[in-house]
Amino acid sequence: MVKVCQSTIINAPVQDVWSVLRDFNGHERWHPAISFSEIEGGDAADAIGAVRHFRLTDGSELREQLLALSDKDRRLSYCLLEAPLPLMGYVASIRLKPVTDGNTTFWEWSSEFHPPAHRRDELVKLVTEGIYQAGFESVRRLLNGRPVAEPTGATSKQPVARLIPERPQLEPPRTSAQGTRAKAILVERHGGPEVLQLAEIALAPPSRGEVQIRHTFIGVNFIDVYCRTGYFDLLQPPGVPGMEAAGVIAAVGPEVSGFSVGDRIAYACPPVGAYCERRNMAPDLLVHLTDGVSDLTVAASLLKGITASFLLHDVYSVKPGAVVLIHAAAGGVGQLLVQWARHLGATVIATVSSDDKARIVERLGAHHVIVYSRENFAEAVMRLTEGKGADVAYDAVGNDTFGGSLAALGVRGHLVSFGQASGPVGNWDIGGFSSKSITISRPNYAHYTDSPEKLGPHINRFFAALRQGVIKIGAPRQYDLARAADAHRDLEARRTTGALVLKA
Amino acid sequence: MPKIYVSSTINAPAVDVWKLVRNFNGLPSWTPFVAESRIEQNAHPDQIGCIRNFLLKDGGRIREKLLALSDYDLSCSYAMLESPMAVENYIATLSLTPVTDGNMTFAEWRAEFDCAPERESALAQQIGTGVFQSAFTALKQRFAR
Repeated sequence: MVKVCQSTIINAPVQDVWSVLRDFNGHERWHPAISFSEIEGGDAADAIGAVRHFRLTDGSELREQLLALSDKDRRLSYCLLEAPLPLMGYVASIRLKPVTDGNTTFWEWSSEFHPPAHRRDELVKLVTEGIYQAGFESVRRLLNGRPVAEPTGATSKQPVARLIPERPQLEPPRTSAQGTRAKAILVERHGGPEVLQLAEIALAPPSRGEVQIRHTFIGVNFIDVYCRTGYFDLLQPPGVPGMEAAGVIAAVGPEVSGFSVGDRIAYACPPVGAYCERRNMAPDLLVHLTDGVSDLTVAASLLKGITASFLLHDVYSVKPGAVVLIHAAAGGVGQLLVQWARHLGATVIATVSSDDKARIVERLGAHHVIVYSRENFAEAVMRLTEGKGADVAYDAVGNDTFGGSLAALGVRGHLVSFGQASGPVGNWDIGGFSSKSITISRPNYAHYTDSPEKLGPHINRFFAALRQGVIKIGAPRQYDLARAADAHRDLEARRTTGALVLKA
Repeated sequence: MPKIYVSSTINAPAVDVWKLVRNFNGLPSWTPFVAESRIEQNAHPDQIGCIRNFLLKDGGRIREKLLALSDYDLSCSYAMLESPMAVENYIATLSLTPVTDGNMTFAEWRAEFDCAPERESALAQQIGTGVFQSAFTALKQRFAR
């Protein structure tokens, strides 16, 4: 028999690491060797005796059974039932301990098994490095990493100056002094959709610490409406709206590292200025794109996906069994919230404005769908939950739904008000919230995403969820850049389902 | 019964740290707060049941009895017999675990004791921060690579 034991320190609080590792079916989210995993028979992933059936990236399949799980000791043991390798009698344990000095985590991963003598060294190395050490690195990246989509290969580390001369004929040199011109949607004053006017603007070469991006697709979000109307002060006219796009690095300014001309990238962050063919910006919050994901999909989903990630994990942490009420569930963020909350084990109650939208949301996996034009949704939620009410309500509709959302919550329920598509929610006397000990948050996108440290975990989660099919992005509705005003009209009229993009 | 748990990482192999801390009579050589120590009745410091009698730099005297010592688990447990802190049934364990990634040490120190309820938080602070963490901090500095 051999014993293998590997340990590491993860720079995150022990409860954060445990919340990742205690999910016996969650290894597909973080382990690079695993492409797909499911619990047999639909058992709960934390039921002792549960069997996880998973497939490796090389196509082989394994089954493992949960033997012990302790939230008290933060320990989990499992054994191998079937595998393509002779890891006979393989029993493994994971245990975590808090490092109080610095609030980090000690993680030990150990196992015993009986390998055939002639394959002993090979199998020990596979378990030690291929499974345990690789797992350590993935969880480390998941919890405190930079965006995953960023390639770690040698090319990205090479100095920009060495790469550029290799393709001088493709792009102007990075020190090019002459500027260029680009089509853009220019807002000369705050107002309705009609203020979104196509113009041609001068674009200087990227200055120190900036890159120039040639957009392919630009995401249209409700926050762009708030910028256009002046409800948010992110856009001071004259200015170009938009906070989300995918494209290609077209030029690199001095003192930029990690980005080269030709890199595929995307972003979902201020400053505004995405509604254009080309722009310059600091690359701090850019995400490198891998081959598996299209510009169109990313432009349609990055900002909404990051939003869904922090709404479901940071603003309120949705746990298995929670009752989650989601308004505007057929909308861009709504569709992601429905799919993701369901994956997290929540009971999802969705509201929509029409029967057509109800069918879409049912297909996404909502447990209950309420057409709120026809039925009082607060009463419906109470009926569906046998009077207990929802644990959390995600409300970006605002004025029309805010009061109903409060009424639909259970005791100690939480209302996440993250938008006001139907108008501001008005003034409320918080004294009344004590009848159910209701809490409310009004999150602001920037406060959850404005540094690589804050953004990284959401990027990682979002791309992992996309890769694994936890969330599916429907084909977005496309508009030419010049028709940005039409896109806003459709978005505000709630005529659309799913995402809208502009074609640069 | 108050429980105290403090843990840290030390940038040295666990066997090296263990060589230093396994000596039940060795507190003056690695903690910042012990002035002198002796083992009563001339016993060996690794004899289970031996009693260390040490003087703190602030003048207090403490007697502690070795309950368990494991060179296999890199762990040492002891009971406090006398101290100026007015605690009862005080039992503590210091243990080390190798961290294979980086060849470092994960060090844990835990204690349980009884005391007057109103003194719990002050004692927990005094022992957790003033004793365990400050000893770990000294180890970290000593083994800084």
